[in-house]
Amino acid sequence: MTATYDCIATTTLSSTASTVTFSSISGSFTDLVLVITTKDSGTGANWTALQFNSDTGSNYSWTQLGGNGSTASSTRGTSTTNLRVGAISTTSYTPAIIHIMNYSNTTTNKTAVSRNSLADYPTSGSASAFVGLWRSTSAITSIDISVGGQDFASGSTFTLYGIKSE
Amino acid sequence: MTPPILGIFASAVTGGVSTTSFESIATVSVGSGGAADITFSSIPSSYTHLQIRGIVFTTTTDYSPVVQVNGDTGSNYSSHILNGNGSAATGSRPNSPTEGVLFGKSYAASDTYPTGLVIDILDYKDTNKYKTMRTLGGNDRNGTGEVSLVSTLWMSTSAITSIKIYAGVNWKQYTTLALYGIKGA
Repeated sequence: MTATYDCIATTTLSSTASTVTFSSISGSFTDLVLVITTKDSGTGANWTALQFNSDTGSNYSWTQLGGNGSTASSTRGTSTTNLRVGAISTTSYTPAIIHIMNYSNTTTNKTAVSRNSLADYPTSGSASAFVGLWRSTSAITSIDISVGGQDFASGSTFTLYGIKSE
Repeated sequence: MTPPILGIFASAVTGGVSTTSFESIATVSVGSGGAADITFSSIPSSYTHLQIRGIVFTTTTDYSPVVQVNGDTGSNYSSHILNGNGSAATGSRPNSPTEGVLFGKSYAASDTYPTGLVIDILDYKDTNKYKTMRTLGGNDRNGTGEVSLVSTLWMSTSAITSIKIYAGVNWKQYTTLALYGIKGA
């Protein structure tokens, strides 16, 4: 048995940033796991989203399942320019764990599943799950993480892990 | 808006010695001939929890991944699904007592749209309790699709030594599932 779940890179923002990029990602793993705890420094709650390999085309889509304390709902985005992975708050740091499956294969489109919690006590909050599709057979070598035209707050953390199967 | 931080987190890790408690046990990749099921057998008891993760494709639409443990085909399973299809969220308890359900649906008539699965199997070798799995799964097809949170109960106190995952139709080429073990203290 081979130990895996290696930390590839991590960072904590010391100032606001609109985008955080993990680049030159090795193809030596099977899956990637992106663990983030982020806050929006802007004026309105938004969504955290990913782009792969700097692809800004309408090659992404996503489906969301969420509960806000009173109701459950589901939404989707079709032919979007990024892959939504979680809600983000302007008042508290919001965790999300994003699994990017079989990221380095060059045969299939890429999918990511994620879970996200937004705890804005007492006025709002939600728990969500997402699935996203990137319609490309390219191996993922870079990930841009953004917050819909606004900035991540200082103190936001981003860690990328690699899992290798044998 | 501040400028983006680009490319400063270059990650050139290519392997090497890991000190984590997460270990790869086995991987099954389906070839061009397809496969009726994926079975992990002779699972070692040296871990505390298990995780199965990967992508699946089926040869026909509308088939859900399901699980049987230790070859148990009896009415010893129960599942609860929270599913979102892009317009509504629904909860269900499938009437599938002879198998554990792992996902709301599995579409993939071609290799176009993979279904991603992350299945956590908790306390799999504990002989004092029934076994619980939880699954995060999703299949987006750019305009349709589902994302699911599923709990699956196997009503047995036996240690889990084998896991079969199937869908009622063949798994298609490019389906890949990997089994991992997570050690305790």
